[in-house]
Amino acid sequence: MNPFRRSPFVIAAAVLVYVFLYAPIVGLVLYSFNASRANVKFEGFIPEFSDRVVMDGSLVKSSPCGPFHWYCDLAKNDDVAEAAGNTLTIAFTATIISTIIGTMSAIALQRYDFKIKPFSQLALYIPIVIPEIVMGIGALTLFSQLFGWINATFNLSGNARLSLGMATVTISHIAFMVPFVTLVVQARLQGFDKSYEEAAMDLGADEWTTFRRVTFPMILPGVMSGALLAFTLSLDDFVITFFTNGPGSTTLPIYVYGLLRRIITPQVNALSTVWILIVFLAVLALQIIQNREQKQHS
Amino acid sequence: MLKRLRENKAAQGTLLALPTTFWLFFLLIIPLFLTLVISFGQRSPDGNVIYTFSLNNYIRLFGYSTDCPAGQTSCFDPLYVQILWRSLTLAFNTTVLVISMAYPLAYFIARAHPKKRNLFLFMVLIPLWTNFVIRVYAWMMLLRKEGAINIIIGAVANMLHIPFTPFEMLYTPGAVLVGMVYEFLPFMILPIYTSLEKIDNSLYEAAADLGANAVKTFLRVTLPLSMPGVVAGTILVFIPVMGTFIVSDILGGRQVILVGNLIQRQFLDARDPTFGSAASLILMVMTLVVTYFYTRKFGFGEEIVAA
Repeated sequence: MNPFRRSPFVIAAAVLVYVFLYAPIVGLVLYSFNASRANVKFEGFIPEFSDRVVMDGSLVKSSPCGPFHWYCDLAKNDDVAEAAGNTLTIAFTATIISTIIGTMSAIALQRYDFKIKPFSQLALYIPIVIPEIVMGIGALTLFSQLFGWINATFNLSGNARLSLGMATVTISHIAFMVPFVTLVVQARLQGFDKSYEEAAMDLGADEWTTFRRVTFPMILPGVMSGALLAFTLSLDDFVITFFTNGPGSTTLPIYVYGLLRRIITPQVNALSTVWILIVFLAVLALQIIQNREQKQHS
Repeated sequence: MLKRLRENKAAQGTLLALPTTFWLFFLLIIPLFLTLVISFGQRSPDGNVIYTFSLNNYIRLFGYSTDCPAGQTSCFDPLYVQILWRSLTLAFNTTVLVISMAYPLAYFIARAHPKKRNLFLFMVLIPLWTNFVIRVYAWMMLLRKEGAINIIIGAVANMLHIPFTPFEMLYTPGAVLVGMVYEFLPFMILPIYTSLEKIDNSLYEAAADLGANAVKTFLRVTLPLSMPGVVAGTILVFIPVMGTFIVSDILGGRQVILVGNLIQRQFLDARDPTFGSAASLILMVMTLVVTYFYTRKFGFGEEIVAA
């Protein structure tokens, strides 16, 4: 039997599922060129040179950006710029911290025996088996009770009062990102040939040198993919951020959610399209790196 | 001191694991404990928490009500039980639909030519990594009365000379189901693919040599060996569907209220964190119980890390 033989039924089902996966994305991109500001119907592209009357009778002004009118609008939107800045700041900070402490605990769990090991290992699985909203309201409760108590005890007022913001979002992000980093690095350490380290020690390297020159370079790909996974999780997060953000710490997902509950112009579609494009390039880059690494190993 | 540390392996391990363990303890375990404590509390008139030990929130959640028709002091109010049941059935329906869509696609990818596999997988990753909120928004545009689905059905009906009036699909339970399926489909495809891909080709050859036809091979070889992927996928889909509130918020309007919406509103609109805490603990217990019995029956594969 030819292992690559597939029945027409499977192929048809696969095509249908791909259509289901991509139809909404195609629609989203198409509507980012919508001439209609209300964005309920697609009323054609925005004209480049002369004004034009659309179906509902309203006048569509020509835009210097032509069909890319909403993208120009987006570029001028300060709220989007601020939200994007916040999103990146949180993602970078949380990724650096969670990668460092996540890698440390992966090494500990894989290489050492210590008293709290079963507890440490178990705690890593909590974010996987608990709904995100439970974690989100848990963090909110913790911060509001703790801050309430601190503010009252130390009589803090005005700007000195502790409140939800960038710090609480970042701290909470680290909590759900660390387990992913640890599990990825642990998986890498499991398939690790110890004889390289033993050889280094035999040649007179101390433990720290062995780690720096042998162990770390070998687990680096695992650390990098863990960090990348953590970074994307942070960029993408809605639920945890929703409950732990405060004034001035709006991230892009929170910003878009806010828009959806009010007026939706094609600007949201333009923002989504840019976002999808960035995701596309990032996933593509990741695939190329992984392919290259696979080739090196085989 | 440093020298002693260098020799004490256990101390080294503890130190290395300490930051992560501390972080998870502080942000997962203590909050869960706080949620438990608060769920037994009472709401003060200004929206704060009064720490008491009362089961009122739980009793209320399971239908006890004091807001009754005249002459009764207490009665059964099914509102919250209905919400819990609705979330459970929606999570179940979503999971079943997602499996039935993800399996053929995962099978297709796993049996594709190795050179094309990466491309097909890549095509699954793009929707997966597109932001959750954006994906809900995309369906909002499709499901509208003026949206693409109505336009396409209208065009087909027109060609066939069947009368058709566009109808509102947004803000219905069906819209929420479609949205949930779309959001979580990739989380099922990847683990099923991982387990299908591991199956050794010689097993298929052996089955064919022993006279099994395609259906029998699938039922006796492929399906049992891909179960770990289905189990992992189910956990990755069922648990988040139970707790998600954006999909029902955006696609269901105010019509479809799930546990997630209930909890969110208690914390942000209604300002009764004690009742919200009780609801979120019930949600957690429900998902843990379902996961426990499900994994005990089918086992817990390492496929969960694949996604």
